[in-house]
Amino acid sequence: MSGTNGNLVQVEGVSKFFRRGSEEIHVLEGLDLQVPEGEFLALMGPSGSGKSTLLNLIGGLDRPNKGEVTVKGERIDRLSERKLAAWRARHVGLVFQFYNLLPVLSAARNVELPLLLTHLSKAERRKHVESALGVVGLSHRMRHLPGELSGGEQQRVGIARGIVTDPTLILCDEPTGDLDRKSGDEVLDLLQALNREHKKTIIMVTHDPHAAARASRRLYLDKGQLSTEPME
Amino acid sequence: MKFAGLVWANLKRKKIRTLLTLLSILVAFVLFGYLSAITRALAQGVDVAGADRLVVRHKVSIIQFLPENYESQIEQIPGVAEAVHATWFGGIYQKPSNFFPQLPVKPQEYLSMYPEFLLSPEEKARWLETRTGAVVGRATADRFGWKVGDRVPIQATIWTHDDGQKTWDFDIVGIYDGAERGTDTTVFLFRWDFFDEARDWGEGQVGWYIVRVKDPSEAAAVAKRIDDQFANSPAETKAETEGAFVQGFAEQVGNIGAIMVAILAAVFFTILLVAGNTMAYAVRERTGELAVLKAVGFTDGQVLGLVLAEALALSSLGGLLGLGLGWFLISLGDPTNGALPIFYFPARDIVLGAVLVIALGVAAGIFPALQAGRLRIADALRRL
Repeated sequence: MSGTNGNLVQVEGVSKFFRRGSEEIHVLEGLDLQVPEGEFLALMGPSGSGKSTLLNLIGGLDRPNKGEVTVKGERIDRLSERKLAAWRARHVGLVFQFYNLLPVLSAARNVELPLLLTHLSKAERRKHVESALGVVGLSHRMRHLPGELSGGEQQRVGIARGIVTDPTLILCDEPTGDLDRKSGDEVLDLLQALNREHKKTIIMVTHDPHAAARASRRLYLDKGQLSTEPME
Repeated sequence: MKFAGLVWANLKRKKIRTLLTLLSILVAFVLFGYLSAITRALAQGVDVAGADRLVVRHKVSIIQFLPENYESQIEQIPGVAEAVHATWFGGIYQKPSNFFPQLPVKPQEYLSMYPEFLLSPEEKARWLETRTGAVVGRATADRFGWKVGDRVPIQATIWTHDDGQKTWDFDIVGIYDGAERGTDTTVFLFRWDFFDEARDWGEGQVGWYIVRVKDPSEAAAVAKRIDDQFANSPAETKAETEGAFVQGFAEQVGNIGAIMVAILAAVFFTILLVAGNTMAYAVRERTGELAVLKAVGFTDGQVLGLVLAEALALSSLGGLLGLGLGWFLISLGDPTNGALPIFYFPARDIVLGAVLVIALGVAAGIFPALQAGRLRIADALRRL
């Protein structure tokens, strides 16, 4: 089933604050967002504007203090921790700025991690891993440890890990933030291909207008609110 | 099993730290094995002591002698089935560190009293034919490479010959085995008649008596009757069960069991701190990675289980290797050259060791594992 009003992601009246000592820091205030299925959305905004917080709420990594987050028709803000973990494993692919690969595991075994939570056999897991690494063009680097790969290659392994379970949604937090322009472009090409050819819905947080230009829609977040144009 | 690779990869992450922790655990369990074997060696006499046997010694001390004619008097006491005496010879074979007990005894009576000493009828007959004959337990025979037919010189420290000589030559006529694993097979037995006639002093004096009672449940009453019999005589007695006698002997240096437990408790507490510290560091260093695992769908319980499995793998590897190495070293034999004649790693303590391995793993890993399980993804990722 698709999300409310045909949207895959529906965020309604979401507020989020953090406590620092006795102080409450309000990051998001009654925020609304709709992301249709198959969209490549870029979320931009200054540091501390709440982009990553919003991404975490959509990915079920955190919970709002107020409001609703619905993904593919399911109110994820109401799920128990255990159900939310299972939901993440099934529906979300995550790509981080610093790749966040486990340094002790080879590229293939890093990609395999989310599949350990499925009922797939070892042979089936291997097939999925090969396929995901094939999509990101790293079939020849399967046995390499992250430390033996370049930044761009590590990020591509991170993307392979994000897509290996064929998730509903791919969430990228500054995926090119730690890369040079050439490697960043390769990663963006890859994300664009996943969106266009594999019809993946992607939400990407970025500072970089060059990266955001690859998205099909751009939204700007500042002072807890979204807008289609950067705020002054 | 599919998570085993992840656990193993994490253990290999800091090889030196893992190795040092493993070695600490290994040494602790080798020590556990040794202390178990020593405790068992000291208590073994109590465990294998005959429930129907009493030991009767001089009331003042075991080193005071009793008259030989007490034997017939003891055998007249109601409830006594038979009595036999033994005396500490205290000789040296080649060098003082070659310790083993030597006792002059009456062959037939002594072997009847100790049916757990297994000697063939031929060897028994040969002993009765040979005045200078001696039978020796398998452990001592193997230790010195003795075989039947060998002539063994023993240097006396207490009992010199009546001609002033200190060397006693004995002919090995038999080698006995133990009926049970715990049977003492280090004893060197030779003939009382030869000893009593050849010694230059103490004729007619014996070290102690071993008494078999007809009914083990009457042992205490029979012991009292024996002591009453010799009360107010020049050589008053103290009769007690063989178990109590051996235990009293072992506890001359203190409560061995309590000392061993105290040492082991200190060792394991230290190892718990070492292993717990290793796991706490391992979790702290990997906060981000654990958050990523949760982000990709691992539940709190699965992350907790992974950390706990890592602690268990660490303690199991070190602990089982330690138990194995301990077993191997103990099987090489008594490290004191004879002070602990029955020296082995009891099966019961191996099982206890395996339980301790698990307990150590759980105790060392549970708090870091709970910490990892409770990790909040967004907070942990924000700290990266």
